[in-house]
Amino acid sequence: MANKGWDEFEIGAMLRTFDGSIDNIAGTRQEDRKYTENSSYTASVADWRLIKPVFNKDYCIDCQFCWIYCPDVSIISRDKKLVGVDMDHCKGCGICVEVCPTNPKSLLMYSEQEDEESVIANWPKKDEGEA
Amino acid sequence: MAFDKMELRDIEVWDGNFAAAQALRQCQVDVVSAYPITPSTPIVEGYAKFKSDNYIEGEFVMVESEHAAMSGCIGAAAAGGRVATATSSQGLALMSETLYQASGMRLPIVLNLVNRALAAPLNVNGDHSDMYMVRDSGWIQFDAFSPQEAYDLNFIAFKVSEDHDIRLPAIVNQDGFMTSHTAQGVHTMDDDTAFNFVGTYKPMNDMLDFENPVTHGVQTEEDWHFEHKARQHNDLMTKVGPKIDETFEAFAKITGRKYNQVESYDMEDAEVAVLCMGTSVETAREVASEMREKGIKAGVVGLRVLRPFPFMEVREALKNVKAVASLDRSSPNGAAGAIFNEVCTAMYAADNRPLMSGYIYGLGGRDLTKSHLVGLYNELDANVKAGKVTTQLQQFIGVRGPELAYL
Repeated sequence: MANKGWDEFEIGAMLRTFDGSIDNIAGTRQEDRKYTENSSYTASVADWRLIKPVFNKDYCIDCQFCWIYCPDVSIISRDKKLVGVDMDHCKGCGICVEVCPTNPKSLLMYSEQEDEESVIANWPKKDEGEA
Repeated sequence: MAFDKMELRDIEVWDGNFAAAQALRQCQVDVVSAYPITPSTPIVEGYAKFKSDNYIEGEFVMVESEHAAMSGCIGAAAAGGRVATATSSQGLALMSETLYQASGMRLPIVLNLVNRALAAPLNVNGDHSDMYMVRDSGWIQFDAFSPQEAYDLNFIAFKVSEDHDIRLPAIVNQDGFMTSHTAQGVHTMDDDTAFNFVGTYKPMNDMLDFENPVTHGVQTEEDWHFEHKARQHNDLMTKVGPKIDETFEAFAKITGRKYNQVESYDMEDAEVAVLCMGTSVETAREVASEMREKGIKAGVVGLRVLRPFPFMEVREALKNVKAVASLDRSSPNGAAGAIFNEVCTAMYAADNRPLMSGYIYGLGGRDLTKSHLVGLYNELDANVKAGKVTTQLQQFIGVRGPELAYL
């Protein structure tokens, strides 16, 4: 926030989410919205996370379960296709992995420092014992 | 309009509660969220009946506690509605957390507080403990001494509170039972005149403005909290007083009833004065007139506004007086009385520094009798003659047993 004086902000414990007025917000992608600096969209909380989800598109069936269940709107889906995870807002809760129905899973949790490419190269095989 | 208007006589016989309920009806409040408690119950009861009888176009929400009542008011106010409720004593205590939310969020809400003692021991009668409990909560506090004033001050409270330069919630106090349940003649306004005085509610940053989304009730830590509080205090210290004066003037123009932040009676030449609130003001005025017949130049100062405290107006009212007694109807529990403190602050840097003493009285609805006040004025007169406060600074009036005095 700009370094303003005590009497230079709008009164009340209130903040505006967008610069100016908005129209058809549901039809506007997050990256195209004019968020203010007060919106958490522009703030990274990546350092809250201890483990991270890694997405392997080879097994994804685009069922959108992870997108629906993510409590922080951190699954990025475009035209009903999962394209990745918003790592600025993902807190590593692992719910996306829990709800993923594929075998093997298309999302798995790894330590924050694990290298994504080598994780994907060594992705678990299909579990033949699973019904 | 979808609701009916009510025909009122020029003077109606109303108690303070019904007068407040009528004022809320005439202001056409959008949301009343309430949890009734003695002695304020008839306010929301009366309002609910008006609603059932189609005299009101608004929502009446019965909630599960006073905490929920004020929370409902906060939500409705943030959403952009005219909002009011009523409570007393324990109810206010449960509500107190949310009072700070309302004022910090700068939401205009009118709370009718029918003053009652705080337990323990449990007591339903009038004293000012509840009023004092929330004096630092950032709300504007008016005090009605009679049913007429309980009616009038509601309109004034909405007008001040909802002003876009103010945007602070307001409490209208009245004494439990002595005002709330005592019927007197009340001069009324007709529905149109009354509503036009407060006007149609003008929302500000309301949550229901979908084109301009706002987040209400945000968190700020050490980086911004102080600035918000400083601004709220600044507005209370500098903006609210003039707005109250302006509103009192506007109200006088349509009703002929002129209020002042500090009401002075016979103070022009008074040498001794009693400064108090609520129904005690009327008793003190009667005694002051009788003291004058006995040769003591007595006056009375009634505090119409407790917050923001009218320091300059008090200083003006007491500019010629030689001794003043500040009466607090709440136990300070280990300190000087709050009004005594404020009056001392007001007079500390004044050109005239009268002899000042404080009295605790009337707890739990104990009567302040005329003979108490006669004794008080005589004591002040003795102080003037001695040129100093001849007693301890803090005394108790009307309590059993040996005299209690401190400081």
